[in-house]
Amino acid sequence: MEQIRGISSNNLDNLDDVDVTFTKPNTKSLDSVLDEIDAVLEKNAEEFVKGFIQKGGQ
Amino acid sequence: MGLENEYGISSAQNTDPITLSNRIVFAYAKHVYPESNIRWDYDVESPLRDARGFDMSRADADSSQLTDEDQVIPNLVLPNGARFYVDHAHPEFSAPEVLIPLDITKWDLAGEQIMKIAVTLDAKEFPEDKIRVFKNNVDNKGSSYGTHENYQMKRSTNFTKIVAGLTPHFITRQIYCGAGRIGIGQESENNGYQISQRADYIEAHVGLETTMKRPIINTRDEPHADPKVSRRLHVIIGDANMSDFANILKVGSTALIISMIEDGFVDFEEVNLMNPVGVVKEISQDLDFKNNYENNRGKNFSAIDVQEWYLEKSKAYLAQQGYDDNSRQVIDFWEQALSGLRSNKEDLADRIDWIAKLSLIEKYRAKNGLSLEDDLIKSLDFKYSEITAEDGIAQVLKRNRLLKEYLHPMEVQSAISEPPEDTRAWFRGKSVSKFSKSIAAASWDSLIFDIDKNQSLFRISTTDPLKGTKPLTGEIISQSDTALDLVDSIRKYPEVY
Repeated sequence: MEQIRGISSNNLDNLDDVDVTFTKPNTKSLDSVLDEIDAVLEKNAEEFVKGFIQKGGQ
Repeated sequence: MGLENEYGISSAQNTDPITLSNRIVFAYAKHVYPESNIRWDYDVESPLRDARGFDMSRADADSSQLTDEDQVIPNLVLPNGARFYVDHAHPEFSAPEVLIPLDITKWDLAGEQIMKIAVTLDAKEFPEDKIRVFKNNVDNKGSSYGTHENYQMKRSTNFTKIVAGLTPHFITRQIYCGAGRIGIGQESENNGYQISQRADYIEAHVGLETTMKRPIINTRDEPHADPKVSRRLHVIIGDANMSDFANILKVGSTALIISMIEDGFVDFEEVNLMNPVGVVKEISQDLDFKNNYENNRGKNFSAIDVQEWYLEKSKAYLAQQGYDDNSRQVIDFWEQALSGLRSNKEDLADRIDWIAKLSLIEKYRAKNGLSLEDDLIKSLDFKYSEITAEDGIAQVLKRNRLLKEYLHPMEVQSAISEPPEDTRAWFRGKSVSKFSKSIAAASWDSLIFDIDKNQSLFRISTTDPLKGTKPLTGEIISQSDTALDLVDSIRKYPEVY
């Protein structure tokens, strides 16, 4: 289990960063993250939207 | 109570979703249990049993309804008491049994982290075919996959009372727990934004099916407990929530209403709206709550009116029964949600998924001059619920404190490996983590020990969800050095599990 914890805290969420922001009051608005959203959106949105095909579940 | 999520899954090379689901569950299995192979015990599962009291014959059932065949699929019982497996063509995380809404959210978030870990592990073996996982319920091409809530109920409660008491709630609660979706119709035949992911896939009022003709009230009756005393209400109408607030309120409000039904506290006939299957879809498309719906006495209610009616009854019920911290939180969230929806719904963009997504879409469109049908906007809809990459949009919002979190990240981190202490999930989780080599199989209500290859298997039934807790079994487990010690001790104290 140690190995998994290591992977999760080193490579996935940086817990220290999250810790700090957890108690920080909300000072931002949605407008302030639009640039960040821009950066994370698909480079090829058309292909991504077309290619997201799932099988039915429950 | 408990929560299950079937996740959407895709990969860089468009590998089929069944293969991908198998890959990530196997990847996680190898790391949690490098030396053992605990299989799921299907003996007690009966998905064709109906809460109304009859069994569907296997010949009548669609093959997709048959989940108890012991297929060769990876099927894990985790140290935190959860089940992580492949259901149809999706990786599913079924969280351990808990007692309070906040814990539903805690282990649901742990499930997201487990998906992340599993995908990271898989990427080491398949670096060219990186997997992405999405906590949503639609692909907008016709397929839907579920987020199911489970509530233990008293067997003695008449099922028609459950249907009457919960139908108005299930069709209207989407106004605060809907996850939001671009596209109208099962295959997104029409343009537009709607509140709920699941609404267009609800086709019946009451029924057994979960993969087709999906009902508002599902009658599947596998109690995973003593069937004479309990039933499990299996709820399939809900959306997957990224928002903690929505998750807590969805489960908390529903649990309160179930208590009122069991105690016969109120007659729900007043809010019994006509044509509930049609109303689910209408409410989902009514973003400003302008529509009214008639009850069978000709009186009109908006979706907010119905929820306010439930809130008032719940407050009266708690005034009589007494509040605790959990019910106070649920009532507080419920009041925040309904007053916000009445006055200015934008204020709820940091608490309610469909409003967070819609607000972001509108701002992004305005800034870039895009239509709702633009592929970039459609990709934003999926990307909101992506959990594997660091840049899933709900995660970006949470990082920026624009989507409120109600659990400390360290609590979620511990729930990846720790079971709840106050249900039988504790005994299950601790047993499989300490004695994984000696456990042949496990399920919600059983553990099967394989201690000596020359002897028969030993099965412990855990039929009471409120036993097997840390207070009841903690000492026995910590004092057992071997699985044989554990089995010997547990035989001496049948009252603890």
